[in-house]
Amino acid sequence: MSDTTAPRADWPLYEVFVRSKRGLNHVHVGSLHAADDRMALLAARDLYTRRNEGVSLWVVPSAAITASAPDEKDPFFAPSGDKVYRHPTFYDIPEDVPHI
Amino acid sequence: MSDDHVYLSLAETSPEGEARWAYGTGFTDPLHGVDTSLPAGVDGADLGAYCLMLGDDALVLAQRLTEWCTRAPELEDEVALANTGLDLLGQARLLLARAGQADGSGRSEDDLAFLRDEHEFRNVRLVELPNGDFAHSTARLLLFSCARLALFRRLASSADPVLAAVAAKGAKELAYHREYAAAWTVRLGDGTELSRERMRRGLEQVVPYLDELLTPHPVELRLAASGAAVDPSVLRAEVGEALAEVCAAAGLDVPQVPPLAAVGGRAGRDGVHTEAMGRLLAEMQCVARAHPGAVW
Repeated sequence: MSDTTAPRADWPLYEVFVRSKRGLNHVHVGSLHAADDRMALLAARDLYTRRNEGVSLWVVPSAAITASAPDEKDPFFAPSGDKVYRHPTFYDIPEDVPHI
Repeated sequence: MSDDHVYLSLAETSPEGEARWAYGTGFTDPLHGVDTSLPAGVDGADLGAYCLMLGDDALVLAQRLTEWCTRAPELEDEVALANTGLDLLGQARLLLARAGQADGSGRSEDDLAFLRDEHEFRNVRLVELPNGDFAHSTARLLLFSCARLALFRRLASSADPVLAAVAAKGAKELAYHREYAAAWTVRLGDGTELSRERMRRGLEQVVPYLDELLTPHPVELRLAASGAAVDPSVLRAEVGEALAEVCAAAGLDVPQVPPLAAVGGRAGRDGVHTEAMGRLLAEMQCVARAHPGAVW
């Protein structure tokens, strides 16, 4: 906070990821504005874990995320639409295997 | 799990019950299995009065914190302050309920919160001060959470099992409140010229009220002798060190201002309050008094 950058009117955006009680992967739950990383983490705790949702939090500056663009949708994702052999649908999945 | 959204998975219903829930439904009752009978050697009237002191501190500050709703400088902080207020309200509910049990009056938490008059409230004056600006509220929360955390960590081994359970639960909440307030104190103190001056002034305005939290009342001394309470004067060093550490990180001096005197030897713990208290209670109690016994 003691750096010499000029004060800015808007705080940068952060994306928030929560890991649930059950040891699943971190899941994106939303975003928030914060002035620094630690503030983002505290705000994420206050905004996204008030109903007992999680045991672990990640916050990532939105600017650090490289995302696919909507107009890339077809070249990116359409080719996998007809490759049915890539899905494990030809196997019987045991009843007691969760989270597939 | 086919969806990857936290709230959709919360809404999912399953005949298999709680084990299927990805996100916590495992809410805990802090008083589960706690013996609520009065422990031997502890005076019921004193214990009731002590629970009122601690409960009223939390109730009144919760009321002040909720006043930030729709007025906080940022949406994120509005939720943070409301969460903190709700944590304190939760502490107040347990403590007021215990007060009504312990003093034998059978008054409920609602009776005590909404149907007492100003002179019957036992909170310190620190918590009833108007919010002021954000720095002032931050400074107040810092002082309060430092002192109450130090108290609750000791009170977790109280001879009264209910107080011990409330303190063990509350200490976790207060540790977060203290971190939140300390982070903002440092951020504002070590920020711009304007934020630094506001934070300095906020601390200077609330520090005179700290002494009251650390000065033992006869009720506290009697109960401390029976192991149910903590003599707050033993917290003085720890609170002073915590405050000095935060101020040092913020590049601020701990204000050297004399404590606010009691009025004729009496202050908040004796029911003597500042003029702000009456207005706070009027707002907090008006619905309950206009519709006695109303329920949702």
